[in-house]
Amino acid sequence: MDTPPAVRARGITKYFGEVVALDGVDLDVAPGQIHGIVGPNGAGKTTLLGLLLGLAVADRGTLEILGTPVGRALAVPVGVAGFVDGPGLYPSMTARQNLAALAALRGDETQTMNIDEAIAQVGLTDVADDRVRGFSLGMRQRLGLAAALLTKPRLLILDEPSNGLDPAGKKHVYGVLTRLAADGTAVMLSSHRMDDVEQLCSEVTILSAGRVAFSGPISKLASEDSELDYRVLTSNPAAARRIARQTNGIRLRDEDTVKDGVELLVISATIPALDEFVKRLVEEEIAVRELAPVVSPLEAAFLALTEQQENN
Amino acid sequence: MTATAATDTSAVTAGTLVVRKVPVSRGYRFELVKLLSQWRVRVLIIACWLAPAAFVAIISQQASLPVDTLFGRMMHATGWAGPLVLLGFSGSWALPLLTSLVAGDVFASEDRLGTWRHLLVAVRSPRRIFVSKALASLSIILVLVIGLVVSSTVSGLLVVGNRELIGLDGHLLSPGHAAGAVLLAWLCALAPTLALAAIGLLGSVALGRSPMGLLLPAVVALAMQIVQQLPVPVAFRLALPGYAFISWNGLFTSPAQRGPLLIGVAVSLVWTIVATGLAYFLFVRRDFTNPTNDGSGRRALTAGLLPLVGLLVVSTAVIAPVSGVGSGIDQDKVQKAVATEFAHLYRLQTKQLNRADVTEEQLQSAAECTKGGDQVAAKGPGNDWRCVISWHIPGVEVAGSAIYQLDINPLGRYVSDGDGPKEVNGFFLVRTPSGDEPNPLWQFDGNIELLPAK
Repeated sequence: MDTPPAVRARGITKYFGEVVALDGVDLDVAPGQIHGIVGPNGAGKTTLLGLLLGLAVADRGTLEILGTPVGRALAVPVGVAGFVDGPGLYPSMTARQNLAALAALRGDETQTMNIDEAIAQVGLTDVADDRVRGFSLGMRQRLGLAAALLTKPRLLILDEPSNGLDPAGKKHVYGVLTRLAADGTAVMLSSHRMDDVEQLCSEVTILSAGRVAFSGPISKLASEDSELDYRVLTSNPAAARRIARQTNGIRLRDEDTVKDGVELLVISATIPALDEFVKRLVEEEIAVRELAPVVSPLEAAFLALTEQQENN
Repeated sequence: MTATAATDTSAVTAGTLVVRKVPVSRGYRFELVKLLSQWRVRVLIIACWLAPAAFVAIISQQASLPVDTLFGRMMHATGWAGPLVLLGFSGSWALPLLTSLVAGDVFASEDRLGTWRHLLVAVRSPRRIFVSKALASLSIILVLVIGLVVSSTVSGLLVVGNRELIGLDGHLLSPGHAAGAVLLAWLCALAPTLALAAIGLLGSVALGRSPMGLLLPAVVALAMQIVQQLPVPVAFRLALPGYAFISWNGLFTSPAQRGPLLIGVAVSLVWTIVATGLAYFLFVRRDFTNPTNDGSGRRALTAGLLPLVGLLVVSTAVIAPVSGVGSGIDQDKVQKAVATEFAHLYRLQTKQLNRADVTEEQLQSAAECTKGGDQVAAKGPGNDWRCVISWHIPGVEVAGSAIYQLDINPLGRYVSDGDGPKEVNGFFLVRTPSGDEPNPLWQFDGNIELLPAK
């Protein structure tokens, strides 16, 4: 028997008064996939995640979650967990008490993971008995994730989960999400941090003014023919500059900078031109120490959309 | 209401959709845990269970008594006066404040913390959330009220003693009867407490993050106190949901003044039902999709406020044919109340002075009362009432007479101050089993029933 998609949305439209928050959104999320939702402020990301959590119901369109049609608010099936607009935590209680109270509230839904295990997974064991009042934003985010883990979800919805996370916290959270996905849980997260989305997500949906501007694998965002800016750090910047000028499809940008006393080259190139440039560098025995896009394909697409929205 | 306290049967099937709503019992426990985790609630519980005992113990040991509060002048005489003094104080201040701090914040706190969405996702039923929150706040309020009663009673009985209580018409209540009456008085005070709690729930739902939501029960209680001190028609007075904080006084007369008490309790319970219903109505219709919308606004205010104003008008109209529309205080009632109380206290004084007992029938006490020196009509509240009381002693042809100045407040409570002859109603100490006490005929409190005499 085929496993149903975690999320299948067709033509989802949601109004707030006269404001169209979502306009004919189609979305497919497979089990075990980490799916990013990005878009400018007001694009409809939180509204979409709220619909998936059952906090509201679409005015038009059909929504299936874990293979079950959802037709009214607060009627999503068991197995959906997460938060929008930050995790709901009670500051007068400790981290452990928050989770214990939630576990008692959920009852038999939470038999799959114990509280200590959930706290350990997000790296909060040392502060488990501290009151949440003193927690930083990042710690709250991690505790919110632990709360969602209690139900061992099959669809996890997270709104800006990396907000306020320090590198250690980020490592914990990403580790948890990756493990969940490996176990078959579909994870949907929104973020303004493109590097986070690229690092975590296999697919992404870009929303703009309530509509889907792109939905699919991130790799498809960067077409081989489209030109991107790359930062190149070599052992011989002068020679590298000369080679760049001589290579078809490479344009030198003006904003060359110096990093650790070494000149950094910034070039615009398509993928084939970039391949040719690297090949020539190697042939002339110039070491390539760093080669990275100045702006990621996802961020480039995001910026292009934002720009387009402003122009409209 | 669709919410139930189901245990394992929380799965609701809608077509192929399986929705698990959290049972009210679990929601109730969750809300209790949250409330009890707040330092404010913990402090209130400790204060309600300890402070009354300390108050009664301290007052019982000092020379001056809180004579402005009903039964305050009896705090040296019997331990049963303590819980009644506390009830008088609580009806004015403590209970409105307690309901404000518990019920007035139970919904608004979720707005402040931004936890509504989290709660909705977990419970999946606004109706069950409402019921759980209402029951949890009610439970905490009950714990606080029980603390006030137990603490003041135990302290009074231990420090002062389990002795007879003088009623508001001068008759003596045995310790057993006093215990029953005190308990009943506190039970009656629960009705207006529930009404204030319901108003707190309504304020918490309708006013969202606004501090007014938290303060609403206290503000409403203060407004009602001010109105009660004004010369408003008795029907309007009885239609206010806080009147049962006052009408329990009628339990301490013989026969008990049940009419105002029953009306007061009934009005409070109707307010409880209506205010809770309005809060429920507003809550289940609230849009939780917009985090910046806390449910407050003109519509919430009108949907919450106007029905309560309507209820007050309707209640007044319903009560008016029973109560009349005057002040409820007239010359006949004053004369009867003062003469009856004098007779009861005269017998008490006779006993304390080891004189031969006389009965009320033998005394044939009567009072002639005027107001403002006959310059104004003898009705209504005021501190210008003057009564001349006459009585007969078996074997003595000449009737005795004594003068009292009366201060009657709009609620029907009065303080009689003896104005001679000093051998009868002057200040002197009499020896009682519990120690020296002031002459019972010197100054005494009484109560006039505001409803028309049958």
